[in-house]
Parts: sequence; structure tokens; C-alpha cells
Amino acid sequence: MPAGERYHDRVAGWLTGFAVLWSLLGMTAGVYIAAELVWPTIDFGQEWLSYGRLRNLHTNAVIFGFGVSALMATAFYSVQRTCHVPLFAPGLAWFVALAWQATLLAGGASLLAGWTGGKEYAELEWPIDIAIAVVWVCFAVVFFGTIARRRIQAIYVSNWFYGALIIVIAMLHIVNSLAIPVTWSKSYSLFAGAQDAIVQWWYGHNAVGFLLTGGFLGMLYYFLPKHADRPIWSYRLSIVAFWAFTYSYIWAGPHHLHYNAVPEWVQSLGMIMSLVLLAPSWATMVNGVMTVAGAWEKLRTDVALKFIVLSLAFYGLATFEGPMMSIKSVNVVSHFTDWTVGHVHSGALGWNALITFGTFYFLVPRLVGAELHSTRLANWHFWLALAGVMLYVLAMWGAGVSQGLLWLSLDEIGELSFSFKDIMASMAPYYALRLVAGVVFLSGAVLMAINLWMTVKGRVIVRVAPPAVAESAA
Amino acid sequence: MNAVDLHRRLERHSGLLIFGILFVSAIGGLVQVLPSVLDDRLATPGPDVKPYGPVELTGRDIYIRESCGTCHSQQVRPLLAEVRRYGAFSRADEFAFDRPFLWGSKRTGPDLHRIGGRYSDVWHRLHLLDPRAVVPDSIMPAYPWLGERAADAEGDIQAKMRALRLLGHPYTDADIEAAPAALEGLTEVDALVAYLQGLGTSTGGDTR
Repeated sequence: MPAGERYHDRVAGWLTGFAVLWSLLGMTAGVYIAAELVWPTIDFGQEWLSYGRLRNLHTNAVIFGFGVSALMATAFYSVQRTCHVPLFAPGLAWFVALAWQATLLAGGASLLAGWTGGKEYAELEWPIDIAIAVVWVCFAVVFFGTIARRRIQAIYVSNWFYGALIIVIAMLHIVNSLAIPVTWSKSYSLFAGAQDAIVQWWYGHNAVGFLLTGGFLGMLYYFLPKHADRPIWSYRLSIVAFWAFTYSYIWAGPHHLHYNAVPEWVQSLGMIMSLVLLAPSWATMVNGVMTVAGAWEKLRTDVALKFIVLSLAFYGLATFEGPMMSIKSVNVVSHFTDWTVGHVHSGALGWNALITFGTFYFLVPRLVGAELHSTRLANWHFWLALAGVMLYVLAMWGAGVSQGLLWLSLDEIGELSFSFKDIMASMAPYYALRLVAGVVFLSGAVLMAINLWMTVKGRVIVRVAPPAVAESAA
Repeated sequence: MNAVDLHRRLERHSGLLIFGILFVSAIGGLVQVLPSVLDDRLATPGPDVKPYGPVELTGRDIYIRESCGTCHSQQVRPLLAEVRRYGAFSRADEFAFDRPFLWGSKRTGPDLHRIGGRYSDVWHRLHLLDPRAVVPDSIMPAYPWLGERAADAEGDIQAKMRALRLLGHPYTDADIEAAPAALEGLTEVDALVAYLQGLGTSTGGDTR
């Protein structure tokens, strides 16, 4: 090991800061559109405040702004420590961190201007898509370059998940974004109609799979053992779950197209593989829970660990609910309703946001070599987050199941029981409750932002050297 | 060599691991998605399904710009209640000119695939500019700017049709030549209404 060698943690620190800012922006946009469904005139006739445009900003800011910035931060932090080597090409790592923010800022502005390709979770138009692909390839170079230079023989399991995130998202993004450009703000998809639908949900479901699930499992496999101060419960289970996950997730997309105009075999295969997916999902959850088992007493004192354990519970809930909703006879009721929205948020708030919050409460004090500013504030955040996500999910279950059943309801002579308009109007209490839930969850995130800012204010990031162990200790 | 040893090799060789992930994750797409993309039956328009004219195409692109598909699906499922509520169930051959597809994933508002011809042009115009003027309980946003802007404000209709011709939409030179004139004097709301009125009007040869 060259003398004076240090980990490059400043880039991870800045990415953490960007992730916190994106979470506030994305969740504020979410709260605003939830309010628009209660008071539809609060867009004040402004195009950029209109529901359709803000909704795209909401999803892109939370998934690609908050989610990906947090994944980049934790990937850069953990890959150095699991490989005992500083980042490969640190200049390129800074480029990745900053270019990603610039791309998403431009992307966010373009969404408000009405630039959109019209595919869900892939709204950004072709110039932004190309920028994303370039930054992503650089991300891959830094990450795999670091792994290639590692001083530990075995590649640790968190890196497989981060690796799968990088590789599979690149494949999905490039194929699904294929389009013929017309102007800077407009392009037409290379695929049309039913084929476009199949490609889009192969992308869409696996953006959930490899970004919101796989990427965050990478975070789990590094930070949970660190938190709990115990090794992963079963290494062999983590191997089996990883490959089963990587193999089966990719097939599940067509459950978004049940009873739509795509071939029956595509739908049925999508449903079966979605059910199969329950096995690797729960195997990972069991592995996580068993890792914490025996360290339960830490939950009383370690607020960061509380967030992570709660996120595991929501991970288990969402990965059970998903396969159930992919069963065609359940999907008949749930499809097109707010149930889907509730499912997404039990994953996005309950799993992704909570594990990220827990990780940040652990990571940020270590980055600057200080104690967290206020444990009390973090405890408040924990309970606000739990209350927010529970209220949100309950409101959307109520709304979604009602919509699904009432839309399908026929009277004794086979006529529709209710008009669409009446069913829609009956949603008002659920939508109001959802708004409250969003405000509660967001206010917790604001407390976190203040807490983390007070922790880092006036401090610099500690320069940590790789451990001086013998080469290839394994 | 047992499976654990095999994996030991995989996890000690970053190139093998990258290849393994790419290979394992690609299988599903190759078996399930690729055959669908190559299946011509999913891309062949029905006998009375025509490419969008310049006005409808402009309207469709406004529908995309405002993300109407966030709250409105365009997909009637083959379920009794759904066919009762909206009309004939959707068929793949009706979407052969839809780039991108706009089936949607959420019905905050009703499905629109069979909306064509259901309401008058005047109703649609009123409804788009001020939804609560015609549906008091509606939570749909108002789109006042659609009534103020010219449909050809971007001046890109010919470029759009040429791009689509590249993708196989059968526009003739004469169609493209005549496109700007068709948009003259129209506002964005006119184009959007024209698109909505043409939606789902294909009968697939069934004239009952």
C-alpha cells in the first residue's frame, strides 16, 4: 500500500448532501400534487404547476435524484472499504457526482416545460437520456475499476448488487429509450403500440427491480452488518438469493399489462415469474432479520438501526404484496387503481427512503468524525416517517380497493352499479388523508436535513486510510 | 467442482462476475421481450386503422406533453363491467401507429380509449379549458393555455411526419406537403379535441 493513501470520501459526502436535497424537492412536489387532487385549482392556470408536469418531476426527483444520488454515495463509500483500496479515477468519480446533478436539474426543468417521451419512469427526452447514459458508463468505470484494483480477493456481496444495478439499468435504459429524434424536445419511440408496452414494462418493472430493490439491497448488505456489528447471517443464502433475484426479476414486467392487448403467454409468464420472485425477496429479508437477531438490544439506543430494521419490514411487506397483485384475479381489482400507488409508496417510502435515512444517520457522523447533532430529533423523524408511510398506505388501500370493486360492480340485471363520476367523488376523504400522510412524512425528512446539516456544519470530511492488512488476506 | 467452488471463482474475478450478471439478467428479455418485438402480429394495423393525420398527431403530442396518460388509461380490458362502461375491449391492432403507447397505469379519471364520438366537440372544449364548468365534482386540472396557443406554434409538423415515415408510417409526400395548411387557424385545444374524437373508433371490421 502506497504511503499516505486515503479513501475518497468527500465525493460520497457531497452525493449524500445532494440526495437529501433531492428528497426534499421530490417529496415537496409529491405533497403538492397530492394537494392538487384535493384542491384542483391550486395550479393557478400555470403550465409548470399543472398536475401532469409536476407528477413527472416528483417521480424523477425521488427515483433518479434522491435514489440514485444515495446509491452513488453509498456505492463509492462502501466499494472502497470492501476492496481496501481508494476509488479508481477519483476525478471521474467527481464528474459522475456533479454531472448527474446537472443532468437531473436540466431534466427536471425540461419536465416542467412539458418535454416528455410519455413513458412512465422514462419520461426524460432524448438529449437527457444520452447524458444519463454517458454519466452511467463513467459510474461503471469508477465502480468496476475500483473492484479490479481491490486488495481483498473475494468481491463482497454488496458489490454484486451495486454491480447488477449498474449493468442492468444500463441495458434497460438504452433499449427502452431508443427513439427517432424530431427536435430537441421531441422524439418518437422506436417501438409502437403493444410492442412498446412490453418493452416499456420490461424497463419499468426492472427499474424498480434493479434500482429500487437491487441497488438498495447493496446498501443493506454493507450497512446492516456495519450497524449491527455482526456479519451477514448466511453467506450462502445471499449467493442463492442474488442469482435467483437477478434471473427472475427481469421476467416480471408483463404483470403491468394483465388483460391488456398483449399475448396471453406473455401475461401468464410475467405472473408466474412474479410469484417465483417472492422466494429470493424473502430469502434476503430473512437474511437481514437474522443478521440483526441477537443485536436487538441495540434498537433501544441506535436510531439509525431502527430505521434499517423498519425498512426491512416494509421490504418484506412490499415484496409480498407485489407478487399477490401480479395474480391475474387480484390484478383485475387492483390494476389502474390507487392500490398500485399505495404499493409503490410502501416500497419507496417504507423501504427505500427509510433504509437511506438510516444509512445517512450512520454515515454522515462518521464522514465528519463527530456525533449526530441530535438523537432526539432523529427519534422524532423515525416516528413521523412510520406514521406517514402507514397513513399513506392505508389511505391508498382504502381508495384502491374501493375503486377496483366499485368499478366492476354490476347490479342484478347486469347494469353498472355506479357511475365513474360518483366513485371518483367518493375518493375525496382518502385523497385528503394521503395529503396529510405526505406532509407528515416530509416534515420528518426536513428534521433529518436540519439534523444532518447541524452535524456537518463547520466540520471537514475525515481522511481515512485503507487498513494496513497483508495483501490478499483471504 | 461443486456450486460453492464455482461461485468462489465467480466472486474472485470481476470480469466473470460482470459477464455472469449480464448473462443471467438478459435471459428473461431474450425469451420474453425479444419474440414479442419480432412478432409482426402485434405491429400490424387493423383494416380500418389509419396513421394519425397532422391535426390528430398534433393533438396526440399535446396529450403526451400534458401527461394526460398519468390519470387516463387507453385500454379497455375484456371484462363485462369494463365493456359496459367504456365500450368494446382494446385490441393490439388498434395501436400500431402509437409511438409511444399510451395505455397508462392509473385511472384517476376514466379510460379514454373509446371516448371518440361520445361527447360533442363543444363539450370537450369546455371541459378541457375548465373541467368544473361541465363536471362540478371533477378534480381534473384546467388547461386554459390550450385555447390560446396556435396548434402549429412549433412549426415542426412536417419534421414529425418525416420521422414517423422513417419508422414505417405510410405518409405520402403529398400528405406531408399539405400538413401545415391543415393546422392553419387551429388552436391546441382544437387539435387535442380532434385526437380525442378519433380515439378508438376502429371497429376491427365488426359493424354491429
